[in-house]
Amino acid sequence: MIDIENIRKDFKILEQIVHNKPLVYFDNAATTHKPTGVVDKTVEFYEKYNSNIHRAAHYLSNIATQEYEKSRAYIKEFLNAASTDEILFTSGTTAGLNLLAFSFTERYIKSGDNVIISEMEHHANIVPWQLACERKGANLRVIPITDSGELIIEELLKLIDGRTKIISIAYISNVLGTINDVRKVIEIAHKMDIPVVLDAAQAVAHLEIDVQELDCDFLVFSGHKIYGPTGIGILYGKAKYLNEMPPYQSGGEMIKQVSFEKTTFNELPYKFEPGTPNICGAIALSEGMKYIKNIGIPAIAAYENELLRYAEEKILEIDGVHIIGTAPEKAGALSFGIQAIHHYDIGVLLDQMGVAIRTGHHCAQPLMKRFGIEGTARASFALYNTKAEIDYFISSLQRAIKLLK
Amino acid sequence: MTINEKQDEILESFAMLEDWADRYEYIIEMGKELDLIDDSLKDDEHLIIGCQSRVWLAAEYDGEFLNLKADSDAIITSGIIAMLLKVLSGARPKEILEADLYFLRDLGLQEHLSMTRSNGLKSMLEKIKDYARFYLEK
Repeated sequence: MIDIENIRKDFKILEQIVHNKPLVYFDNAATTHKPTGVVDKTVEFYEKYNSNIHRAAHYLSNIATQEYEKSRAYIKEFLNAASTDEILFTSGTTAGLNLLAFSFTERYIKSGDNVIISEMEHHANIVPWQLACERKGANLRVIPITDSGELIIEELLKLIDGRTKIISIAYISNVLGTINDVRKVIEIAHKMDIPVVLDAAQAVAHLEIDVQELDCDFLVFSGHKIYGPTGIGILYGKAKYLNEMPPYQSGGEMIKQVSFEKTTFNELPYKFEPGTPNICGAIALSEGMKYIKNIGIPAIAAYENELLRYAEEKILEIDGVHIIGTAPEKAGALSFGIQAIHHYDIGVLLDQMGVAIRTGHHCAQPLMKRFGIEGTARASFALYNTKAEIDYFISSLQRAIKLLK
Repeated sequence: MTINEKQDEILESFAMLEDWADRYEYIIEMGKELDLIDDSLKDDEHLIIGCQSRVWLAAEYDGEFLNLKADSDAIITSGIIAMLLKVLSGARPKEILEADLYFLRDLGLQEHLSMTRSNGLKSMLEKIKDYARFYLEK
């Protein structure tokens, strides 16, 4: 069971008053708030051991380095990766996908090969692959989706062939909330020795993830969507691929030996972590992850599912409302549209009533095109949200519709 | 009326509105009265990039005054354009380019001015000024 009252006390920002009303924050798919533990760890870093890592022999640097590596070790456990070598700190999901689209492509993709993504991807999982394919003369293939917002697996079977080098798909859609059947995709891909990337940006905070059990080859996510700081994220990759891949960015820290004739690169994971990283962010990230691990991710998932289903039920009682994304397995996001009313108008008026939602194309324009819409209004939930907030959101939505008609 | 007189007029009516709901009702009503662009002009050439909702804007110049017409698929956006057009449409290109649009600041609609991902109003203003510049040189 979730002790919602105590959980809410851990998120001071929830006490904020916006436009003279108590904040109802339903934009968690964009970013989650940070519990006190994450904030405290950030303060602790800057007040007690701020210094650069892996370089100096002095006292502060040793502590910072230990904390940084301790965080990596925790994240390795959290994801059940085989080794800390497979846990790379990045600046976020976008950076992780760009790294892959560059380094994996450099090593493994040639002219005439192909990369498979899906119709429901975020631009961050489209554009880097598109550019990589252009660079190499490879083709980008797209798995279509059903009207309810699910991958059409039979179509994947038609797209995949001997020249498919990688498949990169969202674990959970940021717009539709669909939990994709990634196990099925991985099973199909692995029969042909094709690696699979999971964009887990929307999944990490809602599902328990065990990368060895899933057997995904890469998995990326952002810290700020799992109650951690912005500007930090994780790229998990199987060592057998990461060892083979060339560095993405270069500079200090990622090298073994530099001369003007030849540079040799450092071992994993440092080969992919050039320059001074977001040390504080990396240290505080594991605090956010510990927070949900301690509460229990299955309990959180069950509670959030209850919120999502409750919101869906209530919102459909309003005249003219339809939901975009009606897959049986969903988490996090509830996208909706209202007949003859623009989502932007809804967003502006809800904001005036203290309710924060997201409106627009959600960085998924091809998906909008698939549904023939310009955008959606999206409410997305986190473990600190309540049914009372949903009730307020629903009555505010009704008021907004009345004003707009 | 001069541009400043028109701005003051909008500010005066806005000041009489008590709460946010009244203010938005006013904006929505303004949106319904927007001087609409001809449907045939709702094309890429007249579409303003940078808005969360689609906005089309066209200008007609009669040799002295610049008349502006617009439309948006969001009614609040239409209302904000309507206020902008009420102030600027029918003025001389030179006046438009020299105008200090203090009413936008004083209306307290910062959220429409500062959103970087939906910087609609800023793009609209730029487009209006582009038209004014174009006809000023003619």
